[in-house]
Amino acid sequence: MFSLGPIGFSAPWLLLALVALPVLWWLLRAVPPAPIRRVFPGVILLLGLDDKDHETDRTPWWLLLLRLLAVAAMIVGFAGPVLNPEPRVPGSGPLVVLIDDGWAAAPDWPARIEAAERALKTAQAAGRRAAVVLVSQPPRDPGELPLRAAGDAAAALPGLAPRPFAPDHGPMLDWARGLDASAQVETLWLSDGLESPARADLAGVLADLGPLTVLEPPAPRLGLRPARIEGGMVQVTALRSRPAGAQEIAITGLGPDPAGVERALVRATLDFADGASEARAELSLPPELRNRVARFEIEGLRAAGAVTLADDSLRRRKVALIEGGAGREGLELLSPLHYLREALTPTAEVLEGPLADLVATGPDVIILADVATLAPAGAEALQTWVAEGGLLLRFAGPRLAAADAGRGDDDPLLPVRLRAGGRSLGGAMSWGAPRALAPFAEDSPFYGLAIPDDVTVSAQVLAEPGPALAERTIAALADGTPLVTRKALGDGQVVLVHSTANAEWSSLPLSGLFVQMLERLAVSTPAGSPDRGELAGTTWLPERLLDGFGALSDAGDRPGIAGEALTGTPGPELLPGLYRAEARRVAVNVLGPEAVLGAADWPMGITPEWQDAGPERDLSGWLLMAALALLAADILAALALSGRLAHGAGSAAAGLALALVVLTPGETRAQDGIDLATIAAADNVTLAYVRTGNPGIDRVSEAGLAGLSDQIFMRSSVEPSPPAGVDLEADELAVYPLIYWPVTADQPTPSDAAYARLNAYLRAGGMILFDTRDGDIAGFGSGTTAEGARLRSLARPLDIPPLEPVPSDHVLTRAFYLLNDFPGRHAGREIWVEAAPPDAERADGMPFRNLNDGVTPVVIGGNDWAGAWAVDETGQPMLPVGRGYAGERQREMAYRFGVNLVMHVLTGNYKSDQVHVPALLERLGQ
Amino acid sequence: MTRLRPRAEALADPLPPLLARARHLAAGIVLGEHGRRRPGLGDAFWQFRPAQPGDPARAIDWRRSARSDQHFVQEKEWQAAQAVMFWVDRAASMRFASGKGLETKAERAALIALATAILLVNGGERVGLSETEAPPMRGPLQLERIAAALAEPGAPDYGAPHLATLPRHARAVFLSDFLGPLDPVEAALTTAADRGVTGALLQVLDPAEEGFPYGGRTVFQSVGGSVAHETRQAGDLKARYLDRLAERKARLDELARRTGWQYHLHHTGDAPSSALLWLYRALEGRI
Repeated sequence: MFSLGPIGFSAPWLLLALVALPVLWWLLRAVPPAPIRRVFPGVILLLGLDDKDHETDRTPWWLLLLRLLAVAAMIVGFAGPVLNPEPRVPGSGPLVVLIDDGWAAAPDWPARIEAAERALKTAQAAGRRAAVVLVSQPPRDPGELPLRAAGDAAAALPGLAPRPFAPDHGPMLDWARGLDASAQVETLWLSDGLESPARADLAGVLADLGPLTVLEPPAPRLGLRPARIEGGMVQVTALRSRPAGAQEIAITGLGPDPAGVERALVRATLDFADGASEARAELSLPPELRNRVARFEIEGLRAAGAVTLADDSLRRRKVALIEGGAGREGLELLSPLHYLREALTPTAEVLEGPLADLVATGPDVIILADVATLAPAGAEALQTWVAEGGLLLRFAGPRLAAADAGRGDDDPLLPVRLRAGGRSLGGAMSWGAPRALAPFAEDSPFYGLAIPDDVTVSAQVLAEPGPALAERTIAALADGTPLVTRKALGDGQVVLVHSTANAEWSSLPLSGLFVQMLERLAVSTPAGSPDRGELAGTTWLPERLLDGFGALSDAGDRPGIAGEALTGTPGPELLPGLYRAEARRVAVNVLGPEAVLGAADWPMGITPEWQDAGPERDLSGWLLMAALALLAADILAALALSGRLAHGAGSAAAGLALALVVLTPGETRAQDGIDLATIAAADNVTLAYVRTGNPGIDRVSEAGLAGLSDQIFMRSSVEPSPPAGVDLEADELAVYPLIYWPVTADQPTPSDAAYARLNAYLRAGGMILFDTRDGDIAGFGSGTTAEGARLRSLARPLDIPPLEPVPSDHVLTRAFYLLNDFPGRHAGREIWVEAAPPDAERADGMPFRNLNDGVTPVVIGGNDWAGAWAVDETGQPMLPVGRGYAGERQREMAYRFGVNLVMHVLTGNYKSDQVHVPALLERLGQ
Repeated sequence: MTRLRPRAEALADPLPPLLARARHLAAGIVLGEHGRRRPGLGDAFWQFRPAQPGDPARAIDWRRSARSDQHFVQEKEWQAAQAVMFWVDRAASMRFASGKGLETKAERAALIALATAILLVNGGERVGLSETEAPPMRGPLQLERIAAALAEPGAPDYGAPHLATLPRHARAVFLSDFLGPLDPVEAALTTAADRGVTGALLQVLDPAEEGFPYGGRTVFQSVGGSVAHETRQAGDLKARYLDRLAERKARLDELARRTGWQYHLHHTGDAPSSALLWLYRALEGRI
């Protein structure tokens, strides 16, 4: 490729055409501009005047230059100029592209893949073989080189993604040591720039094998340590790999808002001081907010290390404590709640108060200490709360032992049935010594906790033996009697400790085991990250896992991992993410609380590079655009020169607009979404009918509404447009004030979306006139006809208020005409409208009740109004109504009903206003 | 029916505005009749003179006579109508305006002519068009007739004075750009002078004709298209064109002076009232 400075050309021979530019210059000078024709009455005075200078007026030099520039831009543009062309340095031998695929490579991953792709394309052009090796997945055998054609190797590149941990270079070192030294392997190492123990050695080995190029971005890598709670503040620490100059980064705490939508809950900036590699921010968050924060991340950085997940350690659970017998003043140490309070206050938000209030605050845990009976309402609320996912922890005590709760039949708020009385051990009147605890079974949530020797239980309530008892027991005494039982209730669970929460019956509350057991039950949360011992014996299921870019995804059904492994460094076996055991959740983060980021150090002689010049960029498009722009300018300039521009400013503007249209990239999109019919309907009052799919009925509906529209046009100042048929599934309804819906027996049920829109239409003040058209054979609402039954099923999902037959004082009876009944083709059947409010009162001396509110959203009847209204093209009635003069009278009444209906829709309850009462009274002859 | 009315309206259209504008223009000048500056029949007081034998007794102004021992007769100013004939060039060359904001020379000439006619009619004179056979008359109807005649475009490229009706000792006003051949003008002026007719020449020119703001390769053609001239460097012609124009103006002026007429140059870029004022003064001075 021929290149000039940073610009190369793909078709350099085209540049030879530039030689022709001087010829063009001469040609342009030689050809005179076209003459302008001017009307000028004074021409008669010009006759016979000769030009003194026989040389034509020349094209001005700047116009020539403009044209030459345009042509030059075109020539250069077609020659395929490329900015920063890749130097195609031919190499030989196999090429190994070694990619650090740790999380630190994620922020500039596309650039890395591009760099690898360029290298492989060059190699492909040179016919070399190549291998792509990921540091996290070294080839299995040392020395094995998975060489392929460079093109094939490049084809696999887009599928690669960074891993969410920092890979170990140790296995790579072993592999590289096994490579054949005589193979002259050239290596391109895309480094993530993080310190790694074996990195320097690996670089040394690879440099010995052949040329080694290291690409490493100069910017320091950034990471976040897990957020901690320090003195009530949330502390977030950011790290960077190289102590560069002062730097400011922004972090965001993300979590679900009260509606459950994930959004940024807190935002803070962290300042790295000059030369510092750590920056810290302390955030003061209200507990409500803090509990919702699910993760912190560095803004604008897509990398697993720049995300730190929050788990239970950042959360303070809300625990409600309820004591059985209040009013035992002065016996603080004997209070059943004392030890619980002491154990929970450091790690949880403790609430106390009446049960009803506490349930309403939505606590995570409710602890009932020796509460035997609950008021029925309280018990019900508590049961609902547990079923929705709450944890109810109960402690036994003298009251529970004495009460009847849980005897005889199952109490939903007790995990087991209890035997009367309980037992005491080691007292003056008993033989046995106080019992110690048996080791926890493997399926117990307490499995793995060490049991101190001095924990004994001297009294307890006893569970009634039963088939479910064994599986509900999660802790037992040495003699096998259950100490802690548990059962699930809905999404939550009920746990009963068969001993007291104070030291009265047991020394358990005095021991550290008590606190640990509370933690295991997720009643309280541990102060810091769980340590190894604490996690021993537990199994954790991954819930959500991080990918290399720091995005969370569902873990699917990946196997659980042992608790001991959780504290290790993330790697292929322990992917960072959120792990859950029972109700507890632990986050495994890429960077641990003690993590430090260090910059990669390279042996002498290896200098990492990173292309600053930017990727290859094809300039031909820009040059051709410039040529077009110059030509457009030339048009205007030529017009201006010849004086045509001044003459026709309009044509100049048109030319300019044309140039802009030509030069404006992108596409013009038609406005979509609203069709012409809707726009037309929105312009003017338009009545609409629901298309039933039955052509005959649809025809009558349309003709009926057309007839009604004509009558309204003639009789009132409303001048409706021709009626429209609407498709409930597709059309916009909001533009129609009134929709006529003839019900047919075989009408398809609208979809849920259509119902949603119909309900929105009704709520927004629309009206639907349902017509079962069966008024001749059935009373409305009997459901005896097919249409009636269909109407019931059609209208069921609709948001229809209570209905009543039209009362004689309904505003429909006087919206325009004074009407007594509302016939269509069938007469005399009652029609139904929204019921009047029950408190509507009729004032003294007034014929109407005071119903000043709202337009009925539906009018339901079966009189086949459209049939009575329908007219054909010539304006003649389409269908017969009744017989003779009485029939015509009925048709007239049908029209009057239609007019009243439209008036009612358009003017609301205007006629219901008491202002009109005197006039109406006079009219009514009262 | 449906097409007749728009056509009729289009036909009638130019008249009222032209008349209205001309009236508006004339209203700014003067009102009233114009006496002949000598005693005679009329309405306006001219002078008292001592009664002489032969004066009828009822001619004596008793109120004046009562103040002295002599008898006086009140004489009125002689107010006799004079005929003013207009020739307004309606040739194609007059239908030219160099800019959008300018009216054509024909429009301007018609406007000034009609305004002058209105003034004269208001002053009790008779007005008429020299190219028609109709005698000069007075009254609004005559103004309508003149306006209608002025609205009709003429066919030839350049116009020449046409003197179909020119009563002896009448006054005449020629309005034209006088860009056509000057011989007919000279002949007309000579004829007029022979009949004792004097008047005014008003040359109406467009600013472009005065300034010649052209350059580059240009084909100039007359409005009618009968004459064309191509040049490669229009800018070079400017000086020589202006010379020829000045020469023409001088010739016109000289012709006018020789025949006792008055000559004035008016540009369509200027306000029409100045030309009207000049024209009115020119006529007034002689009448």
